[in-house]
Amino acid sequence: MTARVGVVTFPGSLDDGDAARAVRIAGADPVRLWHGDPELHGVDAVVLPGGFSYGDYLRCGAIARFAPVMETIVDAARGGLPVLGICNGFQILCEAHLLPGALTRNQHLHFRNRDQVLRVESVGTAWTNAFQAGQEILIPVKNGEGCYVADTATLDELEAEGRVVARYVGGNPNGSQRDIAAITNSAGNVVGIMPHPEHAVEALTGPSLDGLGFFTSVLKHLVGTPA
Amino acid sequence: MTTHQDPAVRETPGPYPGAPAAVAPQGGPADAGRHAGLAPAADWTAGVDTVQRAVDSPEELQPYAELGLRDDEYDRIRHILGRRPTQAELAMYSIMWSEHCSYKSSKVHLRQFGEKAPPSDRLLAGIGENAGVVRVSDELAVTFKVESHNHPSFVEPYQGAATGVGGIVRDILAMGARPIAVMDPLRFGAADHPDTARVLPGVVAGVGGYGNCLGLPNIGGELVFDPCYQGNPLLNALCLGVLPVDRLQKKDATGPGNIVVLLGAKTGRDGIGGVSVLASATFDEGSEQRRPSVQVGDPFTEKLLIEACLELYDAQLVVGIQDLGGAGLTCALTETAASAGTGMRVWLERVPLREPSMEPHEILASESQERMLLVVTPEKLDAVLKTAEKWGVLATAIGEVTAPSADGQPGRLLVTWRDHVVVDVPPGSLVDDGPVYARPMREPADLILLQADRAETLPRPTNPEALRETVLRMIASPNLADKTWVTEQYDRYVLGNTVLAQPEDSGVIRIDERTGLGVALSVDGNGRYARLDPYNGTKLALAEAYRNVAVTGAKPIAVTNCLNFGSPEDPGVMWQFAEAVRGLADGCLELGIPVTGGNVSFYNQTGAAAIHPTPVVGVLGVLDDVADRVPMGFVPRGGGEHDQIFLLGDTHVELSGSEWAWVAHEHLGGMPPQVDLGRERQLAELMAEAARVGHLSSAHDLSDGGLAQSLIESCLRRRVGARIGVPERFADGSLPFVFLFSESAGRVLVSVQRGHEKAFTALCAERGVPWELIGMTDPASAALEVHGQFRIGLDELHAAHSATLPRLFGGPEAARVEVEATRTGTTTVAPATAARPVDVPTTGPAEAADAPVAEAVAVVPPAAGVPVEETDPTTTEPAAETATDAVPAADEATGAAAGVPATEQEPTTEASADVTASDAPAAETVPGDDEQSSAPDKR
Repeated sequence: MTARVGVVTFPGSLDDGDAARAVRIAGADPVRLWHGDPELHGVDAVVLPGGFSYGDYLRCGAIARFAPVMETIVDAARGGLPVLGICNGFQILCEAHLLPGALTRNQHLHFRNRDQVLRVESVGTAWTNAFQAGQEILIPVKNGEGCYVADTATLDELEAEGRVVARYVGGNPNGSQRDIAAITNSAGNVVGIMPHPEHAVEALTGPSLDGLGFFTSVLKHLVGTPA
Repeated sequence: MTTHQDPAVRETPGPYPGAPAAVAPQGGPADAGRHAGLAPAADWTAGVDTVQRAVDSPEELQPYAELGLRDDEYDRIRHILGRRPTQAELAMYSIMWSEHCSYKSSKVHLRQFGEKAPPSDRLLAGIGENAGVVRVSDELAVTFKVESHNHPSFVEPYQGAATGVGGIVRDILAMGARPIAVMDPLRFGAADHPDTARVLPGVVAGVGGYGNCLGLPNIGGELVFDPCYQGNPLLNALCLGVLPVDRLQKKDATGPGNIVVLLGAKTGRDGIGGVSVLASATFDEGSEQRRPSVQVGDPFTEKLLIEACLELYDAQLVVGIQDLGGAGLTCALTETAASAGTGMRVWLERVPLREPSMEPHEILASESQERMLLVVTPEKLDAVLKTAEKWGVLATAIGEVTAPSADGQPGRLLVTWRDHVVVDVPPGSLVDDGPVYARPMREPADLILLQADRAETLPRPTNPEALRETVLRMIASPNLADKTWVTEQYDRYVLGNTVLAQPEDSGVIRIDERTGLGVALSVDGNGRYARLDPYNGTKLALAEAYRNVAVTGAKPIAVTNCLNFGSPEDPGVMWQFAEAVRGLADGCLELGIPVTGGNVSFYNQTGAAAIHPTPVVGVLGVLDDVADRVPMGFVPRGGGEHDQIFLLGDTHVELSGSEWAWVAHEHLGGMPPQVDLGRERQLAELMAEAARVGHLSSAHDLSDGGLAQSLIESCLRRRVGARIGVPERFADGSLPFVFLFSESAGRVLVSVQRGHEKAFTALCAERGVPWELIGMTDPASAALEVHGQFRIGLDELHAAHSATLPRLFGGPEAARVEVEATRTGTTTVAPATAARPVDVPTTGPAEAADAPVAEAVAVVPPAAGVPVEETDPTTTEPAAETATDAVPAADEATGAAAGVPATEQEPTTEASADVTASDAPAAETVPGDDEQSSAPDKR
């Protein structure tokens, strides 16, 4: 039985097709979910892709949080459904309070797209168990509002609980506090990541194949999780 | 005209006024009384200018001159209508007959693109459509086009650039294609001019802001600085789309009774007069006041529009479709009706407005973005509205298609505003019957002197120390420096099909994941070459774009272009334009690839100072399997392995118009490099074959900055060092410099893996392409070494190459200043330095005859496989060029101009270096006729 991984399309989603492709290359069935439809169609995990969900002229993700599909996803995530938020998806997860903190305008105020080295620090999550702790990976980063901020207590808590999933190495592309690129919730099923693993799954189009690990991780996780 | 005092109390538009047949009896233009029952003039004397009112007040003065219409053009409108135009009609004619929409000065020249087009069985839609469509497989076609948004980008950089991208994307969408990539050829004034620091960051942020939000990868472009663009920066935007061949859309409003639907954003007061005010006049002191003429972009709405349109196409719900860009609703209504020969009945009050107080002429002229006009059959209207609703896009039935008249004449466009007829015109009169001018042309009087002042006579570096210093200085100069500061503001990964993107020679996009089918695209132009010789300069731009596509292994198949020039009312500019068009048309014929569409931008001039003629040429190629693509960077190899480096093509002593002449001497003069399109074609065939069989590790075009630039870029791309030997015939004096910095065309730098060199060089010989082994990659060294000259570490090269743009436009330090300024609310300080005079460098008297240049040039390949240190060039051919070439060449150029059709050739001896627009003799007007309107010249 092939795992079914949902990929949500908001009207302004841009990387939804890429996320679906990555799911397919990892060996799962991508299932397209529509923002206005609260039904999850029996998926085993969900990816919130990059883009500009509803234009994001307001705070990024502030409107998407209220989408019908998000209400279902928030409930399911609290019940253990693996959810990966990439870029705009990370912003939405923060707005939906599934993850702490917020993503603000890049400190240098420019959109920035570059191939970025990350260090994977937490490999206990549903989305990173295929990596080794401390492994350095190369995946694209591209965002205008990717500067992760939280109060000191929250940051300390994330560090203490091992919930910083990945950090920027060799230069911080957006000014994120403590070089944070990805975090997880305390259960480890919800992960938000600013860079784009779905753009590093094919040798022809990506800087590496390192992104694939996020998608194979969730398959491993699902195999080990009783339905 | 007066405005209504309180829009809120105006009558609410009723549901659907009477049937068109009842309100619009057909008749000749002189049948003025026929609307009497609809619009009693007395009710509206102080209100909207109706057709009836126009009939009743023939002597009313109208502001046609302020709208950019000439006396004779206004008279012609009155003649067409048999009365004075209404205010709304006047607005429509003024924008449709503007230079931007009517191509009135360029039409007579652009015809050559059709006349000289090589036969192509790939072309599904060509010049005259929103964009050319080229078949690339049995199932798939691609469409691409480049367009300018120059003036808006100077007035309001962010929105001007953003809506430039938005506009070209809708052109592509209108053909039935999904937009899949964008490119942005950009030109600015001097890099260190304060105004460049104002314009460039805004333009780049606008291109990025719109394209990133639409989810279109930016795969390439250009960034050029030259003082000639001070005050007239060029923002050209290219979009690429892909479609199944059977999804090709037409713009024809066919089928009387079909419904006309406006899809997308509400209509506001933004962009009114954009084409006539901004795009069709020269800048002057008041340009800052024109900001309201610039449109404001909403990329999210455009994204919704794209998805909605694609869904409509796939469900086959659309009869005809046209984007709304320049000239807004006016252009879309008249073009769709005119191309079908039908008429149209439009209830203007149904157009959803952002500002309810807008008047008919404003609604018709508004250039509000993110709108499309659809023609749909009545039974499919509900399905169309439902699809629009799904994507959250407004869709409104605003009118219907009406039949041509019984006598076979095309239908009329009848527009009412709350039951009062405000427009009643033959749509073709706006689209096809606009004025056509054969403007006077004259070779600029300074050209001969300019061409005689050759850069080959300038002092050159003659020792290794000076050469090393020149290398570092050149790669740090703004035009040759690393463009990462700009390009990393663009998303190049979205959609997941980007195989190559900047700084590669071409962008390469996979369009079929199943088969690996893909396309390569490059845009190039060189204003300095075109200034020195517009005919050959344009061919050089074509050759470079063609070569950039070819080096990836793709087969070039089609051409688009954006022709950026000064005022067509200046005979010198008009001559440059005619020469450029002739060069491009001839060049495409020689290369066997057709021009599929393009755009003309005139009036890029401030006062009497025009920009360099700047034809920007885009070439599209096809790759059967993108896995075969050849990137530009040398390949890192372990275990002491290295690749051999070959230079293909001939290196001549060609420094005129070069980047070095400009950077080192601020010099522009002489003749640009020779262009041999036959050779370019051989080279392209060689590259395609070599890529297919896998001989090539890397391939990189040589252009601005010559071999040195290409070598350094190939080294830095993947941080692989190289060792180069200067061929013996380039060993002495300043010749090593010539070897490294000459800008001869038709050359490519390739690296070939050990074991492939014999087969590769045999292939070169078979294809008749000169080759020479010049060195090897040296992955272990982390340096570029030119034997006997210099050795520079890659770190030092990278530091010099990459520091320039951040220093000029905001590195980490500038960013901190910006952040601080935002926090404190203070104005951001532009990180610009000294100002530089705006004027184009003048050139001194010719001293070319004294030039001590007679150096040698032909390349004879040494035996394959010879290590570079032992390279033994066998012969040195006699001097291929001498200084005295320049003068006869100039004479030839002068003579060539006489062959251009429809010119009033002026004596070239007349001093006209400072000809201004007002000095120009009046253009001869050629009334539009059937032949012209049916000719494939309207682009």
